[in-house]
Amino acid sequence: MIPYWPYFNKVFAMSPTMFLANADVRKVASLARLAMSEAEIETARSQLSGIFALIEEMQAVDTQGIEPMSHAQDVAQRLREDVVTETNQRELFQAIAPQVEAGLYLVPQVIE
Amino acid sequence: MINASIKQLSAALAAKTISSVELTQLYLERIARLNPGLNAYITLNPEVSLAQARAADARIAAGQADTLTGIPLAQKDIFCAKGWLTTCGSKMLHNFVSPYDAHVIEQFNRAGAVNLGKTNMDEFAMGSSNETSHYGPVKNPWDTARVPGGSSGGTAAAVAARLCAAATGTDTGGSIRQPAALCGISGLKPTYGVVSRYGMIAFASSLDQAGPMARGAEDLALLLNTMAGFDERDSTSLQRDKEDYARDLAKPLDGLRIGLPKEFFAEGMGSDVAQTVGTAIAEYKKLGASVVEVSLPNSKLSVPVYYVLAPAEASSNLSRFDGVRYGYRAPEYGDLADMYEKSRAQGFGAEVKRRIMIGTYVLSHGYYDAYYLQAQKIRRLIAQDFTEAFRQCDVIMGPTAPSTAFELGEKGDDPVQMYLSDIYTIAVNLAGLPGMSIPCGFGAANMPVGLQIIGNYFDEARMLNAAHQYQLATDWHSRAPNGI
Repeated sequence: MIPYWPYFNKVFAMSPTMFLANADVRKVASLARLAMSEAEIETARSQLSGIFALIEEMQAVDTQGIEPMSHAQDVAQRLREDVVTETNQRELFQAIAPQVEAGLYLVPQVIE
Repeated sequence: MINASIKQLSAALAAKTISSVELTQLYLERIARLNPGLNAYITLNPEVSLAQARAADARIAAGQADTLTGIPLAQKDIFCAKGWLTTCGSKMLHNFVSPYDAHVIEQFNRAGAVNLGKTNMDEFAMGSSNETSHYGPVKNPWDTARVPGGSSGGTAAAVAARLCAAATGTDTGGSIRQPAALCGISGLKPTYGVVSRYGMIAFASSLDQAGPMARGAEDLALLLNTMAGFDERDSTSLQRDKEDYARDLAKPLDGLRIGLPKEFFAEGMGSDVAQTVGTAIAEYKKLGASVVEVSLPNSKLSVPVYYVLAPAEASSNLSRFDGVRYGYRAPEYGDLADMYEKSRAQGFGAEVKRRIMIGTYVLSHGYYDAYYLQAQKIRRLIAQDFTEAFRQCDVIMGPTAPSTAFELGEKGDDPVQMYLSDIYTIAVNLAGLPGMSIPCGFGAANMPVGLQIIGNYFDEARMLNAAHQYQLATDWHSRAPNGI
């Protein structure tokens, strides 16, 4: 293995912390709309715990008074006139849809 | 011909020494012969490529040629190209034939360039080895048992194997520079906002940026001239005057101040990389540059910060893949929620799902301040370090990646080990700065090593100048793998 910065060696030296329980992973998978088997949830829990051990290092940094940086360039968003700029290309776009009928996208019934 | 620069090819086309059709056929023949062993291209459309070449020849004959007219290029499969299968390396888009062109594709079409095909990539650009592609891994042309790097690994391998004159990539955390380093080619990630992201499938919107990949810096400059420019369809596209990125290529390097971040040269990298990068810096001194030590104290936090911000933005961007309007839909499902969950579970690969999970978690109720907001604040500290460093130097140099190309499967089971391949490149994306990688020699097992050059905002012309002058004095960028 390549000798990385001492900082990361410290992270790897930490015992595998239980940052997440299987129930947390199940909840996140549901929020993310990802079907997962129990075996997949266990694998995800162990891998995500390793990643969160890495991320956790951020908590030691004092960021009081620092403005969050949301974009690389601190420029204001451009505004444009509220007018239609696109032409209607429904047929072109729906030609690649999984299921359409009479110009509508078909999904399982939502409202009884 | 396959080792000629774009400028030389352009001159040959103008002089009618070769036609674009002949040049395109030459590359298509090479692709047919060499691509099965490399898997660099995942979609070819020879009839479309040759039709573009014929149109280019007509334009050249009419005396209306641009620099790139008739030049055969490859496009990373993250760029939507009208009528072309555009998969982003994912099963989710296995059947997505794009109904429109990305801005970058429009620009190349306008210039009359030929599209040879779409190159393989890590799924949704998430990966550093090209092993997460649904379409199989790309092999490194220097040693097919090794990875080409990622996520623009197909492009890097195609350029290194002379399967195109030059090509495009995208870079969110190092995806142009790291594969360029591992495949012994040159790659440039411009300042955030210089190239429009319209039609470029989104991964992490505050970090994603497209750029050129080629054998040499002069080619990069010519490609960037075509790719860059304001586009109102990308809200982050910057309104700036058009510039010629090749304008400073010939300038001597006397007086160039190179900053070497002490953190990059601490015990982080392999000794072969350290030695090769050190030799390159010595060459720069011979060319008239001076060297100063700088410090980027917060750069050690760039990996943790990136693995909060990029997955958070990805989890939001990838919520559009729902099996309703385009892409993969599970063959069997119950209600609507079940359709979403099964389509996404079957359509996304393991690494993409992992990042969606990280992102969903850090953005979920109760964790936002501790993770996302804290990461954004540290992002500012990382950017400020660069601002401070650039008071003392014109460009920053260091390694692109901590090691040369590793073996296929070597880091497969450990996501954190894989994430550390981008340890030197990520901070540049967080700050929004331009960064590039150029070949500077060979390390262990005779694999290429990349020198990273980081510039101040909008300083691409100066970086290209520094790279080009080095490439006039050395020949690392013109070395070819065995059998190529």
